[in-house]
Amino acid sequence: MDQLIEFISNNIQIAYILILSTFVGIEVIKSIPAVLHTPLMSGANALSGVVIVGAILVMLHSDPNDYLALTLGFLAVVLGILNVVGGFAVTHRMLQMFKKKK
Amino acid sequence: MSVLLSIIYLIATVTFVIGLIKLGHPETAKNGNLIAAGGMGLAIVGTIFLHDLQVPAIIYILIGIAILIGSILGWIISVKVEMTKMPELVSLFNGFGGASAMLIGLVEFSKNADNIMQATTIVSGIIIGAITFSGSIVAWGKLNGSFKSVVKIPQHNIINNLFFIGVIILAVYMIASGVHNSFLLYGLLAGGLLYGILFVLPIGGADMPVVISLLNSLTGIAAAITGVLYDNMVMLVGGILVGSAGIILTIVMCKAMNRTLLSVIFGSFTVTNAVEGVNKTLGTIKSTTASDTAIMMNYASNVIIVPGYGLAVAQAQHVIHELEQLLVKKGVTVKYAIHPVAGRMPGHMNVLLAESNVDYDMLIEMDDINPQFNNADVVLVVGANDVVNPAAHNDPSSPIYGMPILDVENAKHIVVNKRSMNAGYAGIENELFYNSKTSMLFGDAKAALTALVSELKNM
Repeated sequence: MDQLIEFISNNIQIAYILILSTFVGIEVIKSIPAVLHTPLMSGANALSGVVIVGAILVMLHSDPNDYLALTLGFLAVVLGILNVVGGFAVTHRMLQMFKKKK
Repeated sequence: MSVLLSIIYLIATVTFVIGLIKLGHPETAKNGNLIAAGGMGLAIVGTIFLHDLQVPAIIYILIGIAILIGSILGWIISVKVEMTKMPELVSLFNGFGGASAMLIGLVEFSKNADNIMQATTIVSGIIIGAITFSGSIVAWGKLNGSFKSVVKIPQHNIINNLFFIGVIILAVYMIASGVHNSFLLYGLLAGGLLYGILFVLPIGGADMPVVISLLNSLTGIAAAITGVLYDNMVMLVGGILVGSAGIILTIVMCKAMNRTLLSVIFGSFTVTNAVEGVNKTLGTIKSTTASDTAIMMNYASNVIIVPGYGLAVAQAQHVIHELEQLLVKKGVTVKYAIHPVAGRMPGHMNVLLAESNVDYDMLIEMDDINPQFNNADVVLVVGANDVVNPAAHNDPSSPIYGMPILDVENAKHIVVNKRSMNAGYAGIENELFYNSKTSMLFGDAKAALTALVSELKNM
């Protein structure tokens, strides 16, 4: 219990950020036309690749002799950047098609 | 953390929000995507170079190699894949993101699970990451046909839910006891992975877009959890944005199908009724030829085309555009009726038809087109099944009962192009095919439409 209270008092800003970002996310998406749902989903998917920042941090904090952590971190970076690059590139390709029509 | 890095993270976070806002409007969407991508690049470069740690050169080299491999692979996959394969691709990339979060959790558990709060974030990151990873891979496999049919597990709802509760109990035990046991850790990992498979495997047809969107949202949440662990704002806000936006998108889709989110998660599509339904006598099937259909269309004044997943599978989006142009030239009014969940993703048909340069104004959404079916002389259904199934209106025992559908049966004639009489992806019999106004044009969508186009050209 003490730990919980301590955690909350130390991290109250995080709670604010969490709640406010949730509202931003909801508001941004609410009124989007169905036409753009697929590119939007794809773009949001690319954004979730932000987890790569964590993967890089894992590698930066790893001991060069800790092969297990390094291997897992390496894989995490590869997969994370795949999500980022692939996600943005695919979204771009989709949106490209919407454009040339006019 | 250096001040500069904090500022970079702040800028990146703002680009994510701006990017998402701009992605919501057709004219600005492309810029929005580029802005968000730029912010992401900035955050990645900043993370690598702007820190106050003593890091040996070999680690930088490894990070560089990893980024190079991943970028090249991601680029090649996204450029090579056909537009019709978009849904499974999004699902695949999403799985990679989940896997990344899962791996981070695995490394951190042995290092940093010192107090209950840290252990909670790490363990939930591992579970959510694992579920997203295996679930997305199964969704990818199902969409590209590797897992063909809907796998039926007896009482799968109960099994799934019990299994999930088991995983949670294990997680709570690990957090509460503070036992750093790698056996338990891998047990938890295996549990999460298996649950992801069990979760997606029984889900079929129309629910697939919802599942992809939900998994997408979960990856965001996994990223946000990792952000809490590292006290890293760009991950936290970016992840939550994706998480909340994904949930809203999922709910919008559920509404389009008249299903609740909970019924998708905890009670995936039951196909038992569907199998029984086959035994019902539904009448006879009338099949037709390309030339008969061409004649019918030639003398029609209003034609509505209903595209579905079959169009995407057969890559027939260019032929259908050709058909539509030909009909318009002959003075026929042509419209496309777009069901919100036609295909395997929301807006899937829009993307597909946009690729073949179909005029935007010809794509009419469900609520606007439904009153117009009364005036249509011919409705051409290409590879769509569940979204035109009248059982949604009049068969309370059907799993899709209550889902809004396109009211094609109100038209004077209905031509359905389908590969065979196999039930649709959801495994539900469709009485529309037995309607006296319906004729079936069997064959692959591309072949059938090409035949139709050449017949029309000769008239």
